[in-house]
Amino acid sequence: MEAKIQTIIDKYGADKGFLVPILQDVQKEFKYLPREALTHVSVYLGVPISRLFEVATFYKAFSLTPRGKHELSLCLGTACHVRGAPLIGDNIERTLGIKAGETSSDLEFTFETVNCLGACALGPILVVDGEYHGNISITKSNKILKKLGKKVQIDEEN
Amino acid sequence: MAEMVTLTIDGRTISAPAGTTILEAAKDANIYIPNLCNNEELTPYGSCRLCMVEITHKGRTRIVAACIYEVVDGLEVNVNTERVLNVRKLVIELLLARNNEHPALRKIADELGVKETRFPVEKKGCILCGQCVRTCREVVGVSAIGFSGRGITRRIAAPFMDFPPDCIACGSCVYVCPVNFIPMREENGVRTIIRFDFPMQQCKKCGKYFAPKKQLEYFSKTTGLPLDHFENCIDCR
Ligand code: FES
Ligand code: FES
Repeated sequence: MEAKIQTIIDKYGADKGFLVPILQDVQKEFKYLPREALTHVSVYLGVPISRLFEVATFYKAFSLTPRGKHELSLCLGTACHVRGAPLIGDNIERTLGIKAGETSSDLEFTFETVNCLGACALGPILVVDGEYHGNISITKSNKILKKLGKKVQIDEEN
Repeated sequence: MAEMVTLTIDGRTISAPAGTTILEAAKDANIYIPNLCNNEELTPYGSCRLCMVEITHKGRTRIVAACIYEVVDGLEVNVNTERVLNVRKLVIELLLARNNEHPALRKIADELGVKETRFPVEKKGCILCGQCVRTCREVVGVSAIGFSGRGITRRIAAPFMDFPPDCIACGSCVYVCPVNFIPMREENGVRTIIRFDFPMQQCKKCGKYFAPKKQLEYFSKTTGLPLDHFENCIDCR
């Protein structure tokens, strides 16, 4: 872990000004920000650990707890909301057995809601591992979950 | 000598060095502006919003925080207009919703004629003025504590809500807090800040517990003097 973090930091010339991109890369590498990783960043970059904790808890994009292999973000912005996103959210929560903002205990899925992805015309939108799926419906979301290896009953009439 | 600028505060003409804040200029002229997060020893921060004043500059009037607004030539400042008092009353009500007991807050509320807050009282205690965090960072120089979260979940925190590894138990945060939010006590050679215990050093001569061990280690590290140099209390040195 130490070596990996050093490589990431060196990529940015060990410049404190790049703290956020550095943490983003660390998060990409480990899928979250492990405490140990932050300690290494603190030492190599000369930034107090209290500061790192501040940044890590300030931005929603950072997570201090392990995240699932697959990350789902459902847009609940105004446009997606009026097009029924909350119902899709309910369905995903029910299927995965977790609430929005949580990670399933097998570390397979993390489900989150966001407020407007800036692509309202395509709403409702579900982002799956960085890939945008527009005009999502309950059926479509079920298909996606199934593809990702989740057992779901697909009700064809929907 | 810094360049001087001329401004008026409540109709009084005042000259102040460029780069001073309205709050500082007012203080020098003995004009009172309520404030909670400002501290001469620390970088201005502007979080409590109690120091709001009305300024008119180049024909435009608006409300700014006096502690982070630098004076400019021809600035007209009004500390107690109706508009500003309204804002300040709202601010103190919001602060009372986090802490409706502390005398420092009650005193300012009284001055503003605010009896109770209209908002549900949450008894958080801390008003997030950040003086502890700034003192730890800027004066003590260890940065043991910081903020966590943001918005309604923002709070003062040790990293990972766990024992703060960089803390030297100096107690500066306790001392500087305007609402006595951080508890500290000392018993049987142990200093406890919040829920964290720090062993104290016993004076090699008189046996009195006089300072946290970690603080002495920090002194030794920053001054380059051997640790035993610091193992006697001030009286026995
Ligand atoms: S509301 Fe969903 S993308 Fe704008
Ligand atoms: S003293 Fe200006 S905002 Fe607190």
